[in-house]
Amino acid sequence: MMETMTKTPLKDNYAEDVKYKLIAENITASYDGIVAVKNVSMKFRNKAVTALIGPSGCGKTTFLRCLNRMHELTKNATLTGRVLLDGEDLYSNKVDPIINRRKIGMVFQKPNPFPTMSIYDNVACGLKLNGVKDKKIIDEVVEGCLKMASLWNEVKGDLKKPGMSLSGGQQQRLCIARALAIQPEVLLMDEPASALDPIATQKIEEMIQELKKEYTIIIVTHNMQQATRISDYTGFMYLGDLVEFGETKQIFENPRNEITAKYVQGQFG
Amino acid sequence: MITVEQRAEFRKHFRYNVGRRLVLDKVVKCIVFLCVVVAVVPLVAILVNVFSNGAAALSWNFLTEIPGAVGSNDLGGIGPAIQGTLVLIGLSSLIGVPVGVMGGIFLSEYGNNRYGKTVRFFNDVLAEFPTIVIGVFTFILIVLTVGDFSVWAGSFALSIVMLPIVMRTTEESLKLVPVTYREAGYALGIRRWRVVFTIVLSGAKSGLVTGILLSVARIAGETAPLVFTILGSSQFIQGLDGPIDALPLRIWRLSSLPYDSSVTQGWGAAFVLIILVLSINIGVRYLFLRRKGQTLLKFKRLGSMS
Amino acid sequence: MKKGSSITDKIFKYVAIGAATYVLVIIVLIVINLTTGSAQVWQKEGISFLTGSDWNSVDGRESYGAAPYIMGTLVNAGIAMAIAIPLSFGIAMFLSELAPKLLRTPLAMVIELLAAIPSVVYGLWGLLVFRTYIQNWIEIPLHNLFGDQSIIFAGTPFGLDILTASIVLAIMIIPTIASISKEIMLAVPNSQREAAYMLGATKWEVFRIAVLPYSKSGLIGAIILGLGRAVGETMAVTMLIGNATGAAAFPSSLFGPGQTLSSIMANEFAEASQGGLHLAALIGIGLILFLLAFAINVIAHLLVAKVIKSHEGAVLA
Repeated sequence: MMETMTKTPLKDNYAEDVKYKLIAENITASYDGIVAVKNVSMKFRNKAVTALIGPSGCGKTTFLRCLNRMHELTKNATLTGRVLLDGEDLYSNKVDPIINRRKIGMVFQKPNPFPTMSIYDNVACGLKLNGVKDKKIIDEVVEGCLKMASLWNEVKGDLKKPGMSLSGGQQQRLCIARALAIQPEVLLMDEPASALDPIATQKIEEMIQELKKEYTIIIVTHNMQQATRISDYTGFMYLGDLVEFGETKQIFENPRNEITAKYVQGQFG
Repeated sequence: MITVEQRAEFRKHFRYNVGRRLVLDKVVKCIVFLCVVVAVVPLVAILVNVFSNGAAALSWNFLTEIPGAVGSNDLGGIGPAIQGTLVLIGLSSLIGVPVGVMGGIFLSEYGNNRYGKTVRFFNDVLAEFPTIVIGVFTFILIVLTVGDFSVWAGSFALSIVMLPIVMRTTEESLKLVPVTYREAGYALGIRRWRVVFTIVLSGAKSGLVTGILLSVARIAGETAPLVFTILGSSQFIQGLDGPIDALPLRIWRLSSLPYDSSVTQGWGAAFVLIILVLSINIGVRYLFLRRKGQTLLKFKRLGSMS
Repeated sequence: MKKGSSITDKIFKYVAIGAATYVLVIIVLIVINLTTGSAQVWQKEGISFLTGSDWNSVDGRESYGAAPYIMGTLVNAGIAMAIAIPLSFGIAMFLSELAPKLLRTPLAMVIELLAAIPSVVYGLWGLLVFRTYIQNWIEIPLHNLFGDQSIIFAGTPFGLDILTASIVLAIMIIPTIASISKEIMLAVPNSQREAAYMLGATKWEVFRIAVLPYSKSGLIGAIILGLGRAVGETMAVTMLIGNATGAAAFPSSLFGPGQTLSSIMANEFAEASQGGLHLAALIGIGLILFLLAFAINVIAHLLVAKVIKSHEGAVLA
């Protein structure tokens, strides 16, 4: 049954017909007995950047990890609610999580390239895992993804070097290329620039603008300037609740909620 | 940049094989589970056998009396062996603990250099040495020189087995004491040695005790070094310069005798030895891990929330 | 007053240095004593002490060669490792990746406690319990099936032989290798596992892609540490291996009696008279075992140290 599901041809224009790529409904999530996300519902527009902002500990990372079933890997994690990708429930019992995780790429807060693999293998391993055998295709994808992550020009001469030999910013872009290589439809980014210097951050932000043309991107960020620069929609979370969600411009210039206003004005957080 | 057309082309090459991969995943899990069962069954069988067979041999006389003559009806007991093991533990600790603790202090407080590294390295190597080699060494150094097997020789051999364990755990637990404690001591004008003895050692107390107890449990079961040093005896201790019996040695001797009664006694002695070793191990873990568990939990919390 | 105190500080420091140096002194003394103690046999036999297989302690016809015991040690430890490595890794993987929390702690504790059981108890159990099972369930059927023509199953299936000794040795080192490997696998940061999960990997694939390469050299270190233990293990092997001497101790059949470096020392020590060639030969065996174990442990510790370094690099990321 799972076989038949995966063999359904993926129509590339299908997503364009639908306004919302990813829909989270009534997500409540906890770990170690702490309820981190309380009944949050959100709809993520196709081919747009949605930013999740909020003070640390507000549950935005946990919420992000619910969107590709990564949260359940945390110890003592519980979760209720549904997440729909193109109308299909990710949490349905009939679907193994591995099928949907590969449709939803993820970039983590700290760069985590595989330390024993070369730059090339770091990008290629997801392809090999998912059954791509043609060496030519793998080469093409690796090159294309490294270009999209704007890392190609810096590493094209030494793809055989270990991924750990790169600088922090380059490692993070390598991780983005790795996530892009499996050809996901959604890209989740958990404060991808928090550990990076301003120049590397700028590179990643430019890249996100470019990626937006084809991907639905959800980015957790601590940095409000970053959210205004790169996102189309913004959700503000506080103490596990989704306080306000709307167009970025509206959230930052004309917030409807008092707490949102205080937060975006920098009065706490 | 990868275009939409290219992407569609790439996707054609993905052969996810989800079904096959999930089956492989299940197969591997089954194999792993099988490994656990295959490995745990004999290990548990040992405990069950020792406990059930050993308990049958236990009696007050068995624990306190000297062994009877081989093959006679009077079985006697393993009194000298128990006494010997306790005496050996005590005397070995007399050498092993102070030297080990001082060595550990050196490694943690003064050992951040080449010499410290060398000592640490060879200490680790010594900890994994075949203990029979230590037995032969002691035999040459003491038994051949003095001309007789003795309690001293056995204690010296066991202290070498014990030393690296005490040293390493002392170092590890001293390092866990925050530097600020030491600095606070220096700021008050307290001398370094007093800072180490009063502040650092007391802060590392539980780790220190753990290391010492674990090393005691280890030497309680060591047989090979004793073969060459204490010889074994069927009498209670006569003097520190004479031979002595010990539990593991007695088990070995009993196991090579062809009588059913000595087999029973062997199980009994093994039972006593295991109780000694395991109670130390379990006790230490219960006391120490409870604390460690709390810090571990803290780390886990930190790790799971970003 | 102040000066007096700084002298106590100095004394304290030197006492600490002295205690640390004691370890090095012991190791040097071990080398010296084993060398001088065995000088006699090296003088008489020369290199053939390593290569010869005669073992005769009868006065006037004395001749000693350690080759069968060196081989016996290697074969015995080799078979034990072949059994122990997969099982230990299975246990380690189960404990670090698969086990439900409820099972993890008690199982890890049982494994660790089993590492503490004295060798002589394993030997006793092997001799009195396990031996009969091996003999009746494995050796006799295999022997009947393949007969004396097959080399590795030839000989009388008596139960006290290389096979039994190796299996019990494997059982003994499994807790050691398994608990070290478990620690090493647990040291792999979760971010590595998550990266693999993100790519759509199954649990096994996560282990293969993220956990295994990351912990590879540590696991090799664990194996070599286990090998060091297997090579030096004395009592259980002595009680089970059947104790052949001389050329007969060359390991050929699994069902034949053998002898290892440590077991010949434990077995014959009581018969050797002081100052004689026999004793020197046994001490010489001790020297060989020392060098073998020393080399293995040095390699193991270098590897483990390397792991710690590379882990630090990776965690930094």
